[in-house]
Amino acid sequence: MHIDEIQNGIVLDHITAGKAMEIYHFLELDGRDCPVAILQNVGSRKMGRKDIIKIDAPIDTDLNVLAVLCPGITVNVIRDGVRVEKKALTLPPEVKDVIKCKNPRCITTTEQELPHIFRLTGAKTPVYRCIYCETKA
Amino acid sequence: MRNLIDILDLDVREIDALIKRANDIIERPDAYREICRYKKLATLFFEPSTRTRLSFEAAMLELGGQVLGFSEAASYSSAKGESVSDTVRVVSCYADVIAMRHPKEGAPLVASMAASVPIINAGDGGHNHPTQTLTDLLTISREKGRLDHLTVGLCGDLKFGRTVHSLISALSRYEGVRFVLISPEELRLPDYIKQDILEEKGLKYLETESLEQVMPELDILYMTRVQRERFFNEEDYLRLRDSYILTPDKLTTAKSDLSVMHPLPRVNEISTAVDADPRACYFRQALNGKYIRMALILALLGL
Repeated sequence: MHIDEIQNGIVLDHITAGKAMEIYHFLELDGRDCPVAILQNVGSRKMGRKDIIKIDAPIDTDLNVLAVLCPGITVNVIRDGVRVEKKALTLPPEVKDVIKCKNPRCITTTEQELPHIFRLTGAKTPVYRCIYCETKA
Repeated sequence: MRNLIDILDLDVREIDALIKRANDIIERPDAYREICRYKKLATLFFEPSTRTRLSFEAAMLELGGQVLGFSEAASYSSAKGESVSDTVRVVSCYADVIAMRHPKEGAPLVASMAASVPIINAGDGGHNHPTQTLTDLLTISREKGRLDHLTVGLCGDLKFGRTVHSLISALSRYEGVRFVLISPEELRLPDYIKQDILEEKGLKYLETESLEQVMPELDILYMTRVQRERFFNEEDYLRLRDSYILTPDKLTTAKSDLSVMHPLPRVNEISTAVDADPRACYFRQALNGKYIRMALILALLGL
């Protein structure tokens, strides 16, 4: 299978196998008119299997959120066909409507217009907790 | 201080100020009889909790204020599908402070984001119940004269008991507090509380299944109810139930100044024969609940 190299855009690598479509929808790539390649179940020495997304256009979304959706993901910035930057993602202190609270007793389950907000907590291991019920993400 | 949603909304200095105010109310009740005249407390109880509601209402009435509200969701428009935010926006027009009990975790936080008057969390599901913790802190302070350098035994259901979790969070900020966690294996304190609070702050704690064994070291014994529905089978429940029932017999090895506490209601975990023992302070604790709520209402109203 041959996929053309992208010229100006980003390559999202080391996506957990099976998660590419979730990231595709989160970045609303279906609404863009640039070339996008989704590779699923690609062999990886480190991960066994992984997904990759190549986007042939610059993206102005805050990509740090991707580290929440898919820990371990890497972002490569491509310019003129060459990788010019490997972005290190840092977990944002707060995320809104990125993850949903799974606690059935949380107020967000009955009041569906409430934003799902999670805050980063934990001194040793970073953990996102729902601001309403404090349940772990 | 604008709202009280979580006990950790209050720093140690603010807690000390509330305790000081509550003690002043106890000593000089006449000075506070009219202080909330023309002020109204709304008690919005989306699930019944007669004890907590009465404590809030008694607190406001003793301050000379008035109370309005409802005691179960069926009697209010939430039964018609109104959101918590809309409810408190409306009630903010009628009251100066709101005490809210709700079965859903986080509902009082949502309320505090929408209300234009202070919100007090009067219990949100199994999550927080900060005025119970304030009650416990006032009680410990009055019984012991301090909140630091204490050996605190917590006995019974430490897994699901939110009062225990909040009390540990609150007491962990005072120096020299040592926790003795007494529970059956099945109802031990959850790991995240041990890791995030006790180990994180380097606090000393001991886990045991035997109340008798640790009784002589305790300054405080905080009893909670071991509930039948928490067990997978009846046999385990029956085996463990009796080991966590406090009787005069078990108190023979305890310190003479031990304080036995319980958030109430009690079912059978403290024998009624213990009630006459001066070390039993759970009914004084319930009374303290009214005084600390009086102090809290005053603080939130800026009085």
